[in-house]
Amino acid sequence: MPDLRFGTSPPTAAEMAAVEAVVAEVGPATVTVGERLVLGGRSRAVARRNLLLPALHALQRTVGWISPGGLDHVCRLLEVPPAEAYGVATFYHLFNHSEPAADSTVHVCDDIACRGVGALGLVEELRGVGLHVRPSPCLGQCERGPAAFVQRIGAADLSVAAAAVADIEAAIGSSTSSSSVVLPQAGLDSLRLLARVGVVDPGSLDDYLAHGGYSALEAAIEMGPVGVIRELTASGLSGRGGAAFPTGVKWQAVADQVGRPKHVVCNADESEPGTFKDRTIMEGDPFAVVEAMTIAGLTVGAEQGWVYVRGEYPVAAARLAGAIDAARGAGLLGSDVAASGHRFDIQLRRGAGAYICGEETALFNSIEGYRGEPRNKPPFPTTHGLFGEPTAINNVETLVNVLSIVRDGGAAYAALGTERSPGTRLFCVSGRVVAPGTYEHEFGVTLGDVIGAAGGLADGSDLKAVLLGGAAGSFVGPDWMDLPLTLEATREAGLSLGSGVVMVFDQTDDIVDTVRRIAEFFRDESCGQCVPCRVGTVRQEEVLVRLRGGGSFHDERDLLDDLGSVMRDASICGLGQTASGAIRSAIDLGLLGGVS
Amino acid sequence: MGEPRSLVELTIDGNVVLVPEGSTILDACRREDIDTPTLCWASNLTPVNVCRVCVVEVEGSRVLVPSCSRPVEPGMVVSTDSERVRTSRKMVYELLASSVEMDRADASVHAWMEHYGVRPERMGDRDEIATVAQPPKVQDDLYVRDYERCILCYKCVEACGDDAQHTYAIATAGRGFDAHISTESDVALPDSACVYCGNCIGVCPTGALAFRTEFDMRAEGTWDEDSQEVTTTVCAFCGVGCNLELHVQDNSIVKVTSPADHSVTSGHLCIKGRFGWQHAQS
Ligand SMILES: Cc1cc2nc3c(=O)[nH]c(=O)nc-3n(C[C@H](O)[C@H](O)[C@H](O)COP(=O)(O)O)c2cc1C
Ligand code: SF4
Ligand code: SF4
Ligand code: SF4
Ligand code: FES
Ligand code: FES
Repeated sequence: MPDLRFGTSPPTAAEMAAVEAVVAEVGPATVTVGERLVLGGRSRAVARRNLLLPALHALQRTVGWISPGGLDHVCRLLEVPPAEAYGVATFYHLFNHSEPAADSTVHVCDDIACRGVGALGLVEELRGVGLHVRPSPCLGQCERGPAAFVQRIGAADLSVAAAAVADIEAAIGSSTSSSSVVLPQAGLDSLRLLARVGVVDPGSLDDYLAHGGYSALEAAIEMGPVGVIRELTASGLSGRGGAAFPTGVKWQAVADQVGRPKHVVCNADESEPGTFKDRTIMEGDPFAVVEAMTIAGLTVGAEQGWVYVRGEYPVAAARLAGAIDAARGAGLLGSDVAASGHRFDIQLRRGAGAYICGEETALFNSIEGYRGEPRNKPPFPTTHGLFGEPTAINNVETLVNVLSIVRDGGAAYAALGTERSPGTRLFCVSGRVVAPGTYEHEFGVTLGDVIGAAGGLADGSDLKAVLLGGAAGSFVGPDWMDLPLTLEATREAGLSLGSGVVMVFDQTDDIVDTVRRIAEFFRDESCGQCVPCRVGTVRQEEVLVRLRGGGSFHDERDLLDDLGSVMRDASICGLGQTASGAIRSAIDLGLLGGVS
Repeated sequence: MGEPRSLVELTIDGNVVLVPEGSTILDACRREDIDTPTLCWASNLTPVNVCRVCVVEVEGSRVLVPSCSRPVEPGMVVSTDSERVRTSRKMVYELLASSVEMDRADASVHAWMEHYGVRPERMGDRDEIATVAQPPKVQDDLYVRDYERCILCYKCVEACGDDAQHTYAIATAGRGFDAHISTESDVALPDSACVYCGNCIGVCPTGALAFRTEFDMRAEGTWDEDSQEVTTTVCAFCGVGCNLELHVQDNSIVKVTSPADHSVTSGHLCIKGRFGWQHAQS
């Protein structure tokens, strides 16, 4: 490291204590290579820099903002150049950069599902009673909106949904989140991923063990890495984070890497509008995530696991943290996992309000203490992942699938679903259905069946369009109800299951405004690194605002097309590449009026 | 000299090309005299591949690839002038020119914009669409940061950081369209870690970073690049032997650069070479 020059603003005593607690707590122990503790040179700088995000969280929570003095103190302790740390701090929407106006900030979701159930009115009402409100993108509670997330000075964050003014005031008063997991299929025998949700006590390891917990780890230790990868490959499991990459292939590629430290990362950043399935698992069955990560670690030969949970999921983060501690206490994590002779432990990291940090390489940068800007691929994470080292990164739902595959065998798993889309999958059903929530279905279920299982539409409600796959997915019309939800059928139709979003709109919904809100989302969430997305998402939103204001579709058509082309073709990452997809599909369906 | 490198065969625009292993597609294009626009790439900096103006089509790739950073692979089939490539390049320029003041960008930038028929005005009336318009930051006597001319190519950040100066005085802050180059907590440059080496000025392609002399002369209307003469000399402040290019107008030095391909400097200088003449002159 060069000689760094720091600023001159002094930190307050509270800021110093908050930052020092972070550095002391997880400080040097973060870098272990085999039996050795590495504390020198680059490793040391790396070990310290990855505490930047936790340190910023500590400042935000303690004093409500990232003051220049507080930031400077972080930089001195972690040896990070102040300009870079400022660049990191200003990347995240949950960090304030001026003294907070109030003790609590209420983030109210005004995104596409919550708009339909009174979110905009709630914003006004909350302002009316003098609360400090910030409109927010989707908070991952679309099944029970309107959703709110509360940041407080000196106290834990809260999540409240469905939220009315009184609920939010009560939550702040009592310091408790409203955390009921709504599981419409509760008790159904066919549930595999959701079997324990709402059944076990998420805070109890004993209860988890009593419900079959850790039998998969036992089986995995018995069959060894080769056996686990064999079953995984036989199962045909593919990633549930959006790209549907074969999990067996990924794990094999990481297992094949030798001679360097490796990592397992659980991607729990779930921020795609309309998506809440991973939250359902983390809140309802957190030990399952810990057990699955442990299997991943032992299988690919990684000693360090990381779970990156979106900042707006305080309940999920707390339950996962509890599960990690309990597992460590019981010898299921640590230097000798379940007496297997293998070392594996997990660190939890909280995001801070950035959808882009769900993109795998942005997530690595975020953990490492850099701006959450995606990296150019290749190289891929299996060889150059977290800290540039081989990394198996998987979505929460993908990982939890591993448990039944290891327990019951890959063949049993492959017997479910269709040949090319084996297994079951979670759907996040929201909008104008009778019973919104997380549903588990075998692949091959039709779109109509998924909506039917959620009670269908209410009387008097006419289906207008379904947003399939999330904001990065597509709108489809009522004539698509027979579409089998498989990877192959959706791909053939030019669609994607994405993160399993099925959001239903009826004749009362303002679709042009919904489409505009999607454009706003991408503009807001672009990391800003590459020109096509940084400026393209701005121009795309401007076009939709003009259209919503009565502009002529005919006049804007060419521009929208060209914006779509450059974003899709020339953006660095999936955000820019998909930012025009839903809008394109809405045009094709004639939802924006004009000629299609 | 290292080991002789083996050659890689690929096809560019229908022609079979042999280039040393480890070359980028851009290197290969240049060997073939295929002109390729770049904005964020520079020979003396690590590629960040963020501007995307250099994209080409590679068979088998779902999306276009940045030629400036993608290494060649055997059997690659590259098109540099397909419809998709032309549309994306044109759009990158249109997006930039609709949001940033490009008037002081290098002449080559303007030539490319003309080549692709760029019409930024179709993005909408400039008063009604988002731009990065803002007043310049004039905070000292040496240099000015005029960020309404910034295309966020990251070159200055690289020059200030890992690629040359290792001072880390500036970095990207904010996100999305609000992303911008900033000192820590946006303090004025003299209060920051800046050591006034001017290396960031040397790499800025759009005139967003400029010598105070140039900025003031432009404001007065006396800046006249055509009448300037460039004299090359070796910096006398120390024994390192940096090459200096003195830009002289009306018998006064108005700015100092160093050639990017110079073996000692790679284009980078220190405060003495870059700004020392101000004292010598006055
Ligand atoms: C903009 C963007 C956001 C993403 N967000 C998430 C996310 O929140 N969770 C997730 O698992 N994958 C997300 N992904 C996909 C990841 O990059 C990666 O493919 C995934 O975590 C791999 O895990 P899987 O193979 O189990 O699906 C996102 C991708 C992009 C481009
Ligand atoms: S596509 Fe968007 S989010 Fe992705 S790197 Fe480019 S600017 Fe960032
Ligand atoms: S003058 Fe030198 S130290 Fe100052 S910002 Fe530019 S590159 Fe960094
Ligand atoms: S100031 Fe110049 S060098 Fe720096 S990012 Fe902007 S355009 Fe690039
Ligand atoms: S929580 Fe409001 S749209 Fe998802
Ligand atoms: S020059 Fe290649 S991306 Fe900028």
